[in-house]
Amino acid sequence: MIDRNDVEHVARLTRLALTEAELERMRVELNSILAHLDTLRAVDTEGVEPTAHAVDVVNVMREDEVEPCLPQAAMLANAPDRSGELFRVPRIIEE
Amino acid sequence: MIHQPIHALADAYRRGELMPTAVAEAYLGRIDAVDGRVRAYLTVVRDQALAAARESERRWRAGTPLGPLDGAPIALKDVLCTRGVRTTAGSKILDTFVPPYDATVVERLRTAGAVILGKTNLDEFAMGSSTEHSGFHPTRNPWDLTRVPGGSSGGSAAAVAAGMAAGGFGTDTGGSIRQPAAFCGVVGMKPTYGRVSRYGVVALASSLDQVGPFAQDVTDAAYLLGAIAGHDRRDATSIDAPVPDYTAELPKGVAGLTLGLPDEYFIDGMDPDVERAVRAAIDVLKGLGARIESVSLPSTRHALAAYYVILPAEASSNLARYDGVKFGLRVPARDLVEMESRTRAAGFGAEVKRRIMLGTYALSAGYYEAYYGKAQSVRTLVRREFAAAFAKVDLIVAPTTPNVAFKLGEKEDQLSMYLNDVFTIPGNLSGITGVSVPCGFSVSGLPIGLQVLGRPLDEARALRAAYAYEQATSWHTRHPDLP
Repeated sequence: MIDRNDVEHVARLTRLALTEAELERMRVELNSILAHLDTLRAVDTEGVEPTAHAVDVVNVMREDEVEPCLPQAAMLANAPDRSGELFRVPRIIEE
Repeated sequence: MIHQPIHALADAYRRGELMPTAVAEAYLGRIDAVDGRVRAYLTVVRDQALAAARESERRWRAGTPLGPLDGAPIALKDVLCTRGVRTTAGSKILDTFVPPYDATVVERLRTAGAVILGKTNLDEFAMGSSTEHSGFHPTRNPWDLTRVPGGSSGGSAAAVAAGMAAGGFGTDTGGSIRQPAAFCGVVGMKPTYGRVSRYGVVALASSLDQVGPFAQDVTDAAYLLGAIAGHDRRDATSIDAPVPDYTAELPKGVAGLTLGLPDEYFIDGMDPDVERAVRAAIDVLKGLGARIESVSLPSTRHALAAYYVILPAEASSNLARYDGVKFGLRVPARDLVEMESRTRAAGFGAEVKRRIMLGTYALSAGYYEAYYGKAQSVRTLVRREFAAAFAKVDLIVAPTTPNVAFKLGEKEDQLSMYLNDVFTIPGNLSGITGVSVPCGFSVSGLPIGLQVLGRPLDEARALRAAYAYEQATSWHTRHPDLP
């Protein structure tokens, strides 16, 4: 069972400003879903390797060559706020 | 010209009986007439579509078409990035996002001469099975407007079923192509993981996502898949294997093929109409010369739980990028953390928040092994069982879904919604290919899908069996009554 503190902790980790009502609903819903997911505990997976990927991928290498990329203006065009060539964000470090 | 498959349109273009501009105009007119009720599209690109159609028409008149898709009016799920055209992933957080580039799939479709009509609706970030949970509006099933089209690619499925596109594309992470195809009575295919590039596709769960076609018949599905499949150096998980001509083997039939029938895909609580239709379809395949053999996939009953650990885990990581900095919504605030937290709270819908929370929890310190590690081991069991089954049989046949399309608002409880994908999820966990083909109707007149699953990269054989079945039946010639 996860409690209200767990829910608030996870919401902080994942940067979601949830309302009081949302936090409470999330607690109830997550417990209900986790109860179902806990059925996995009964599966015998002793010695079974995990699968991260359906295809056995190894690192894919290419030559380290400079290639054309999208222009800076195109990449900045969707920014909610910018300053010249930069993405602008609220202050991070206190004065 | 509405409800004509793409290969029939191409034949008509070749003979000069029809031309792409008139066809594009007819489809845009059909969208005007019908989409106010179905609401399959989020964005229609009328001018661009007509410009592309005029280009196509010039090529057909000059006798230099680019191939079978030249002049084909198609719809794209709004997770496929389109240069200069808003791409929302069905989320308010991307309401104003205009990609500066095309997804590889989109680039290949343009190269093939396809006429893109617009971008279709989906459950927000492809999280859902009904297309009710779009950040914009729900889409309705063309066969019964009180019911859902399935999801998450419900917009593309509904558009093809309602004659608002000749073909379409979606993504399938846990059944999001096959399930809406079944609900809407069209063909829908999930290719092998890695067969189609994911470059430029808004990511949900990167180890499961795959792009695939919706089509009016199996021949069109083969053409549409052929146009997008193949290696792409911009996607490190794309498989470097040759792309066969998927139409070449279609007429070979099923005589001599062994089809596996998994007991685990006929469960208590499934709609008796679905079971009846699927068993009748298997009899048709038997009558065409296929051998039917029972196979066992016992971990099927754990696949759903494993999926609902793996998917939220990967999604919570992928969706971390929506932070109000580089693109998308921003809710201003005094400091960075507050800005990010308010932006994400305002931009994401309830189901997205739920899955982000669940995934973050499952990956957090102290719970990683119990949930994520365990789910990945169960994923190995699912893969092994498919491999063992495919050592005995050529293909596996099963229902696509346990039920027909449900009513809007009927599945308020998440777990009952998740159960919709119980027969499609194992295919994603194991990375194999699968196609859903129409195999009948319920007593209430709703479409039912037969699922044909194949070995990795064996799309050609799955399509061949689906084609043999389709040619022996007439389900694909029926259309919803939607004037």
